[in-house]
Amino acid sequence: MESFFEAVKVVPLNHYILLSAIIFSIGVIGVLIRRNAIVVFMSVELMLNAVNLLLTVFSVYGNDPNGQVFVFFIMALAAAEIAIGLAIIVMIHRNTNSIDVDILNRLKW
Amino acid sequence: MSVFYFIAFLSILFSLLVIFAKNPVHSVLYLIITFFTFTIHYIILNAQFLAVVNFIVYMGAILVLFLFVLMMLNLNKDAEPTKSIYVKLAGIIGGGVLLVTLVGAIKLTAKSNPVVLQDVNLGSVQNLGRVLFNEFLLPFEVSSILLLSAMVGAVLLATKEGKPKATTV
Repeated sequence: MESFFEAVKVVPLNHYILLSAIIFSIGVIGVLIRRNAIVVFMSVELMLNAVNLLLTVFSVYGNDPNGQVFVFFIMALAAAEIAIGLAIIVMIHRNTNSIDVDILNRLKW
Repeated sequence: MSVFYFIAFLSILFSLLVIFAKNPVHSVLYLIITFFTFTIHYIILNAQFLAVVNFIVYMGAILVLFLFVLMMLNLNKDAEPTKSIYVKLAGIIGGGVLLVTLVGAIKLTAKSNPVVLQDVNLGSVQNLGRVLFNEFLLPFEVSSILLLSAMVGAVLLATKEGKPKATTV
C-alpha cells in the first residue's frame, strides 16, 4: 500500500497548481458566460473545489494536517451557501417565473 | 505518475462540459463526474477523510440538492436564452487572461519539488480528528452554528409567502 503511494508521488507541485488554476478559470468562465442561475452556482462550486484540491496538495506537500482541516471547514461553508442560494433561487423563480440572471437586475435601484 | 495526468485530464474535460452543456441536468451530471475525479485526486494524495467527505457531502448531498431543485422548478428543458456571442467571447477572454496570469506567476517561481507524502497517516481520520478537536474546536462549534442558521434561513426563504398568518406577537 505504501509502495503504491510512493510510486504515485512523483508529480511536481507546479502541475497540481496548474490543474487547480485551470479548473478555477473554467469556473470563472462559467460564471461569466451562463445565464442560468443554477449553472452559475455550479461554476462557483467548481471554483471552491479547485481551491480545496490545492489546499490538500499544499497540506501533503508541507506535511501539515491544518490544510485538510481547512478543507473540511470550506466544505461545511459550501453546504450552507448552497442551501441558502438554492432557497433564494426557488423564491425568485416563484416570483418571476425565471432564473435568468440577466432579468434579476432589480437590485440596482 | 501517469494516473495523476489521466485523472487531471478527466477533471478538466468534465468541468469544461459542465459549463458548455446546454441542458442544466446534463451540467449537474457532468459536475458529479468532476467531483468523482476530485475524490480520486484525494485518494491519490492519501487524504482518506477528505475523499470520504467529498464523496458523501458533495456527490451525495449537494448535487442531489441541485438535481432536486432543477427538477422541482421543471427547468430540464433547453429553454435557456443564451447570451450574445460578444458577451460569451468577452467572458472566455477574461477567464483566459486570468489563467494566463496565474500560469505566468507559477512559471516565475523556482523549480518545483515533487509532492511527496512524508507521513502516511497525515490524512487519516484519527490524525485529522485530533487536530480538529484540539486546535480547531472553536471554529468547529462556530461552523455548527453557521449550519443551523443556514438551515433556518433556507426554510424561511423557501416557504411560500401567502397571506400573512396570525402572528403570535
